Amino acid sequence: MRGERDGAPLLSVTGLVKHYRGGALFARRGPPVRAVDGVSFEIGRGETLGLVGESGCGKSTVGRTLLRLQEPTAGRAVFDGADVFALDRAALRRLRRRMQIVFQDPYSSLNPRMRIGSAVAEGIEIHRLVPKAEIPARVAALLQEVGLDPAFARRYPHEFSGGQRQRIGIARALAVEPSFIVCDEPVSALDVSVQAQVLNLLADLQKQRGLSYLFIAHDLAVVRQVAHRVAVMYLGRIVETGSTEGLLAEPRHPYTVALLSAVPEPDPAGKKRRVVLPGDPLSPSAPPSGCPFHPRCFHPAKSERCRTELPQLRPVGATQVACHYAETTPARGTVV
Amino acid sequence: MSRVLEVENLRVTFPGAGGRVAAVDGVSFGLSRGETLALVGESGCGKSLTSLSLLRLVPAPGRIEPGSTIRLGDADVLALEGEALRDIRGRRIGMIFQDPMTSLDPVFRVGDQIAEGIRAHFPVSKREARDRAVALLREVGIPDPAARADAFPHQLSGGMRQRVMIAIALAAEPEILIADEPTTALDVTVQAQILEVLDRLRAERGMAVLLITHDLGIVAGRADRVAVMYAGQIVEEATTTALFARPSHPYTQGLFGSIPRLDGPVERLHPIPGTVPSPAAWPSGCRFRPRCPHAFEPCVREPALRAVGPEQGMRCWLEGER
Repeated sequence: MRGERDGAPLLSVTGLVKHYRGGALFARRGPPVRAVDGVSFEIGRGETLGLVGESGCGKSTVGRTLLRLQEPTAGRAVFDGADVFALDRAALRRLRRRMQIVFQDPYSSLNPRMRIGSAVAEGIEIHRLVPKAEIPARVAALLQEVGLDPAFARRYPHEFSGGQRQRIGIARALAVEPSFIVCDEPVSALDVSVQAQVLNLLADLQKQRGLSYLFIAHDLAVVRQVAHRVAVMYLGRIVETGSTEGLLAEPRHPYTVALLSAVPEPDPAGKKRRVVLPGDPLSPSAPPSGCPFHPRCFHPAKSERCRTELPQLRPVGATQVACHYAETTPARGTVV
Repeated sequence: MSRVLEVENLRVTFPGAGGRVAAVDGVSFGLSRGETLALVGESGCGKSLTSLSLLRLVPAPGRIEPGSTIRLGDADVLALEGEALRDIRGRRIGMIFQDPMTSLDPVFRVGDQIAEGIRAHFPVSKREARDRAVALLREVGIPDPAARADAFPHQLSGGMRQRVMIAIALAAEPEILIADEPTTALDVTVQAQILEVLDRLRAERGMAVLLITHDLGIVAGRADRVAVMYAGQIVEEATTTALFARPSHPYTQGLFGSIPRLDGPVERLHPIPGTVPSPAAWPSGCRFRPRCPHAFEPCVREPALRAVGPEQGMRCWLEGER
């Protein structure tokens, strides 16, 4: 369930680019890997933006550069008035109190030799949020808020299931009282029944704390559950973005159409007419000329223009879409 | 439809603190030619151990208990030894796994790996095996198969590697293909491709497919029948149509309530409370009882699998119609 949102953007990203040095290990040259290639979006207070795409599309890199866990190659991000990419170390540290990240695999982000209570307390201590004597009570309250027994504070990470570890990861993020959390595939590694528990928890926390989320995922059904707006990425670019309802009801980019039709849905009666895309996503080290999607595109109007001219995002129907022929994209469910 | 496989009262145990613990506990099902049966459940439910049992590949110190029966045609799989057992593994029952990279040998070209399998099962020349390998690569939808046969596994994408694994499994022309989470590691658009390939091959070759998955969405479009597993037991079994029209066991209903959907209004999900218990901690009586919203007195005794419809059975004391 999605919470309510309001007003002016909390985060505004313009022209974000992240290139990695290309070529093989130790090679001096090679084309750069264009992981993120000019991405812009805004996120409002209390709002969730779903960032969707397949592996290698650059969605996780976007999340990490926003927190400057990786330095961007170019672009600008303004978070509540602060120019994120221009901050010095001290200012960045203060900012990290307000921007947090939850990873897909919480186990790899927890120190196996550190008790859960200490792991959750770490951020509180670093930022001196409460007097030392009050830390245990604060940790207990946080564990309770994410649905864990406060007594768990004395245990170690290996004693927990995947779902519980993800709750611990969320408690750690919440400890510093952030206003924005990057959720990077937070439920992909969890069993379905546990996945639903964590999605509900994230929704409750958003409502109670007025949090904003950048929710990174490959699963459109999961994104629909939590996001107010969606941006679909392909090979480092946003190819379509709009309100969740609008984008799912009336997708205009052929890749969004294919992605939607590929989602396996628990409904045997309505066995969908699937668009089975040919080929694999191309490598971001050798993106094709023109539209990045053209080698796999099934749009009947596909032309020479798609091979030569990069389409820009423009409003068509309910969404912003980067396709030269968005007006005539075959609707979801009508293509074979 | 003719039965190719019959599993009865399968029990797989592991040593625990207070004696052996059953991770698979009394699983029975049949599989017919050309049919896809999906074994659905969450991690630790015993679905993968069940499939490994069919090949007698249960890892030590696990053990298939006496009293279990696995019949493949005329063969009593649990009584086979040596050569006869090898004739089952890979030859009559093929298997593909979630992560093809761990099953492919990184230092051999994929074409050679397929050809090796062909020559292990059929008396053909190297050249003929190679030709068959290329034909198989074509059959699983690999473009430019003659050139790709010379590639090493790391040169292929995840989807292509899974196709190679399918080709290797098909090389022996098995009667049954076990697909254990075959698309879990793949992107959705690639997942759709692989499922299409499996479905086409099943239809063309009349193979039976045992599809092991945690994803009810995959089941919907692909399987003829579904068996839902929880805590080492099949708790509900039905035709796919019947199961999706009327999920009856509270656990199955819980799974459906947990899945975010692409259609209908966005509502709060209804997850199953708690977590899946480990085999050593399975409760007495109905194993789903501590998490079940409908638990009542009879649940302290273990329910048997009983019919709740013409094509549906469940392991629960509740009446079928709710």
